[in-house]
Amino acid sequence: MSANVRINYREALRQGLREALLRDERVFLMGEDVGRYGGSYAVSKGLLEEFGEERIRDTPLSESAFVGAGIGAALNGMRPIVEVMTVNFSLLALDQIMNNAATLRHMSGGQLNVPVVIRMTTGAGRQLAAQHSHSLEGWYAHIPGLRIVTPATLEDARGMLFTALQDPDPVLIFEHASLLNVEGEIAAEPQPVDIDYAAVRRQGTDLSLITYGGSLMKTLQAAAKLAEDGVSSDVIDLRSLRPLDDATIIASIAKTHRALIVDEAWKSGGLSAEITARIMEQAFYELDAPVSRVCGAEVPVPYAKHLEDAAIPQVDGIIAAARKLVK
Amino acid sequence: MYEFKMPSLGADMEDGTFTEWHVEPGQNVARGEVICVVETQKGAVEVEIWEAGVLAKLIASPGQKIPVGQVMALVATAGEDWKAIAARAPSPPPPPGGEPRAGTPARTASQQPAAVTDSGAPPPPSERVKVSPAARRRAEELGIDLASVKPSGAHCAISMADVEIAAAATKPPDRQAGMRDAIAAAMSRSKREIPHYYLASEINVESAIAWLEKRNAAVPISERVLFAAMQLKAVACALRETPELNGFYQGGAFRPAAGMHLGVAVSLRGGGLVAPALHDVDKLTLADLMAGLKDLLRRARSGQLRSSEMSDPTITVTNLGDLGVDTVFGVIYPPQVALVGIGRSTVKPWVTGATIVPARIVHATLSADHRISDGMRGARFLVELDRLLQLPESLS
Repeated sequence: MSANVRINYREALRQGLREALLRDERVFLMGEDVGRYGGSYAVSKGLLEEFGEERIRDTPLSESAFVGAGIGAALNGMRPIVEVMTVNFSLLALDQIMNNAATLRHMSGGQLNVPVVIRMTTGAGRQLAAQHSHSLEGWYAHIPGLRIVTPATLEDARGMLFTALQDPDPVLIFEHASLLNVEGEIAAEPQPVDIDYAAVRRQGTDLSLITYGGSLMKTLQAAAKLAEDGVSSDVIDLRSLRPLDDATIIASIAKTHRALIVDEAWKSGGLSAEITARIMEQAFYELDAPVSRVCGAEVPVPYAKHLEDAAIPQVDGIIAAARKLVK
Repeated sequence: MYEFKMPSLGADMEDGTFTEWHVEPGQNVARGEVICVVETQKGAVEVEIWEAGVLAKLIASPGQKIPVGQVMALVATAGEDWKAIAARAPSPPPPPGGEPRAGTPARTASQQPAAVTDSGAPPPPSERVKVSPAARRRAEELGIDLASVKPSGAHCAISMADVEIAAAATKPPDRQAGMRDAIAAAMSRSKREIPHYYLASEINVESAIAWLEKRNAAVPISERVLFAAMQLKAVACALRETPELNGFYQGGAFRPAAGMHLGVAVSLRGGGLVAPALHDVDKLTLADLMAGLKDLLRRARSGQLRSSEMSDPTITVTNLGDLGVDTVFGVIYPPQVALVGIGRSTVKPWVTGATIVPARIVHATLSADHRISDGMRGARFLVELDRLLQLPESLS
């Protein structure tokens, strides 16, 4: 076993990028400010100096153009990593992502596949207001032809990228902005991680807390507090939003008979609604209480700190909903 | 109108848990008919009714703990209209665990319209009871009626935990522990209150057994009679000579019994014992006595005794011969005043005249209440028992 090191999520992402660039010369990174500026969240800082302009490419401010360029490069045998600054801006490239990346394998009868990886920041909590703070990964999870992953731990932040690059089809990686400074211990030597399965981050018997991404830490904190009151929870980190790992969710509910979904995105037509429906379809007779949700308020994410806090799931809210569920 | 009450199924019984009705309102009942089942410390007992009539109103409901003497049903006797009685009757008390009924039930409730009271079933709930899918499934697995489950979970719906609590509550009480307590109470009282005296006799049963063997050889196996049955008959007949051994000591006075209802001590699998009555044993033929004994043993061991059998044995007979015991020194079961113990029959040298012959011998013992009888009378009983066993044909 290699020794552990203490790093943060941002550094883990950077190590993942370095690892990918070192291991496969077809891999290159492109996006707004990824080179000279070091990335708008400083994730790619230092990579330009190490790998040069050919592989760390600054692009013009045109999401549609550079995501399309990435798709073209992937079609031509490269393994591009495209960074989109935030999920809100990715909407400018939605045509490329949905109409090209997600559909070309289907429309070409399997002749053309698009091994592109698109990374983007998602979520609220940094007072960046309504045009930089939404959680739209659930929308992308709606689209067949895409794989959607959400690293919520240091291991996944470092390891998911390389695994995603091995996928012959497009993979979207959603990195939650509030996690960038989260620190922790991690093995110094990178370990391979899968992008197929949900992970049970905490074992319990009374209820299943189902979450992902930026809400995982809050949910784990809530579970720890609930445990002090004798409420023992499974905490499921979905990791992959498309495909969803139904088996892990259903197995947990078969044990606990109660489910609470924590998702920073909106409820209406969202991922939490999809999970709820799957539980109804596959585990109705296991349920001892209605499925419950703690989700983002159905408003554009506010700028003001107290309003922003109130608009997204917080530890106290998760605890209150959980208590109500097990009462 | 006759009020059918919780019977006393033994001197130590204070209450019983009502289990089920075998009858419905409007049904004719005959004297001696089993109409319900009550759970006691000694097991489930089928309770007979001693008044003929038409069942008007069932008051007791399953699961209810009912004190001895409390009315469980109303019966219309000759010439009465059962529906009128049912209409006047109070509605059933709330099921166990329910909220106490406000006000005094009997008088106020009697003004309720007939429609509400003519069946024992509660009115249909006005609102659908919410049950979680998992709780519904669990209730099915456990055989729990959801109507008996009280919701406590989130959203006021019945949860799995509620079902499991209800299931635990409907589990039969720990009969073994209850029975041990009952035996302890009765035997402590016996040794505390009853001045026992003990007598023992060796009885030559050679001719009785030889007679019985000859009788049994002539009939199919199903009609064969055990020596134990013959002993019971002999005890019952011998009691004619000494009525002060057969009856009850209650309220400082002895009340001799009208019949020879022998309580037959039966040890139960899993521990404990009961001594239900065989009625009028002195008047039964050996064949009927044997059939009655078989039936009683079977029902005692499967917990299906009747109330009359539990409540009225007039003397107890304990036979431990099968277990190899020579002599039984019994403890009287109050309020009875005597217990006859019978040991095993063994072949021993027996002096008759000037010769010694091998003969089958049993030790018969008597434990008796010295407040009622003296050793002289007790001795007379044992002598009479011996005499009767030498005349087996008289016991047929």
